[in-house]
Amino acid sequence: MPSEEELYQEHILDHYEDPFHRGSLDGCTHAHEDKNPLCGDVVRIELKLGPDGKVEDLYFDGEGCVISQASASMLLEKMQGKTVDEVKEFSAEQMLELYGPRLTPNRQKCCLLSWKVMQSAVHSPVDGAEGEQ
Amino acid sequence: MTILATERIDERLLLPESIRGDFPILDQEVGTGRPLAFLDNAASTQRPRQVIDAIAGVYEQDYANVHRGIHTLSERSTELYEQARERVRRFIGAADSREVIFTQGTTASINLVAQSWGRTNLKAGDEILTTVMEHHSNLVPWQQVCEQTGAVMRHVPITEDGRLDMVAFDELLSERTKLVAVVSVSNTLGTINPVDEMIAKAHDAGALVLVDAAQSVPHMPTNVAGLDADFVAFSGHKMLGPSGVGVLYGKEALLEEMPPFLGGGSMINVVELDSFTPAELPAKFEAGTPPIAPAIGMTAAIEYLERIGLERVHNHEQQLVARAYDLLSQVDGLTILGPAPEHRAGLVSFTFERIHAHEFAQVLNDQFGVAVRAGHHCTQPLHRLLGMSSSTRASFYLYNTPAEVVRLLEGIVKVQEMFAPKGRTRRRRRSE
Repeated sequence: MPSEEELYQEHILDHYEDPFHRGSLDGCTHAHEDKNPLCGDVVRIELKLGPDGKVEDLYFDGEGCVISQASASMLLEKMQGKTVDEVKEFSAEQMLELYGPRLTPNRQKCCLLSWKVMQSAVHSPVDGAEGEQ
Repeated sequence: MTILATERIDERLLLPESIRGDFPILDQEVGTGRPLAFLDNAASTQRPRQVIDAIAGVYEQDYANVHRGIHTLSERSTELYEQARERVRRFIGAADSREVIFTQGTTASINLVAQSWGRTNLKAGDEILTTVMEHHSNLVPWQQVCEQTGAVMRHVPITEDGRLDMVAFDELLSERTKLVAVVSVSNTLGTINPVDEMIAKAHDAGALVLVDAAQSVPHMPTNVAGLDADFVAFSGHKMLGPSGVGVLYGKEALLEEMPPFLGGGSMINVVELDSFTPAELPAKFEAGTPPIAPAIGMTAAIEYLERIGLERVHNHEQQLVARAYDLLSQVDGLTILGPAPEHRAGLVSFTFERIHAHEFAQVLNDQFGVAVRAGHHCTQPLHRLLGMSSSTRASFYLYNTPAEVVRLLEGIVKVQEMFAPKGRTRRRRRSE
């Protein structure tokens, strides 16, 4: 059982309070939104994929607990500049590793929400956007 | 912050703490070695030794399938199972034990009425009147039956302080209303609804009433005949009994007219290869092997509650909820959902500006040993109406203490400190 000091490590609270690219992305080519039906947490991710198949830019928005929102910030920071294949290869286990503290199964769902949204977003072109894959 | 002392507690109305000795599960530490304070009783309660022993006793001495064998064990199990039905009948003040149907729980009880009574009696244009504070289990079964029959749902709104808007109820109730389906105590707001008044008015309008009593039967005296309710649903696991058993009370005349819901063994009289005739009540609605040991265990729970007295249980919880309400309303930034203590049962849900319910549940558990519920408590429409996606809920029962309420408050204050904005900044990467 992790103590909350471990669960809410400072670098996690830093991401929560000062997130990487929270907002919306003008000219996004791909986007997806999903929620955790157990608790109602929501994450939306907007991506701009370049012609070379790289993530040129990306933003997230959402509402939820520290774990769901901080993990989204950490994931986006990690995925910027990666190729779509690299995004697809990034596994759930790697996401939990990126987050850090060991999570109970129910809290893993919080952490993996943004990861699931990201995996769907690269397959979800926005209507009318240029550079669709 | 300084928390002011609360005067609104009458020590004489509290139950003795020695009651906790009956509940072996309460004697443990959780999180970082804190004694467990179990405040998630609206989701499910714990069991006293008497109930655990009763369940073990059935399996050690008496268990066999019921209503089937000629052998000794089947006869004993059948007798205990039917005694359980009679015990439930007396507990809720029903006229006849044939009006007591054992189900898997409240959800199964409501689905039974929706699919049996609803599909038979509802037609396009008919209305089912529920409220915006219903649990999903008293919304979704009616949504399904509306889909099947063309009936439509109407919803009684709530007032600013989380009570049913009875003016709107009067307006929504009409000759089109065929059924009022209402929760007696909201599992989220804690509101005690004026079910007696609603039943009288519904009957005047020619509508039947189903009461979702999952949060009231375990906590206060219930008399279904006195209420004149048509259907009442509740669960064993929320009243110190086992999970897997619940009750549907229905007026005999109504149940007699209703077709069986589930088909199978036990619910039949004669079966041909292409037809059947149903059994008499209550077997007609108990297809398959029923929850034998859970029903017998529920008897022990009822005996335990009756020995203490539901009035005293209610008074005890009123003291705890009044103290919780007083303490929590002094926390800056905290919003309590629902009405003042005099209109609520023993639970308090709250939200906090900018801090998510998960943080409260996690830290309360890990650092304070306090088990609370975080989420939408199966009332998504109500949360949406209140402009939130989740809340934190502390719900009390007869074994909780004023000291546990204080521990809840200490945990809340700690969470508030931990997650207050501190001007933190993320370490920037070079690319930014």
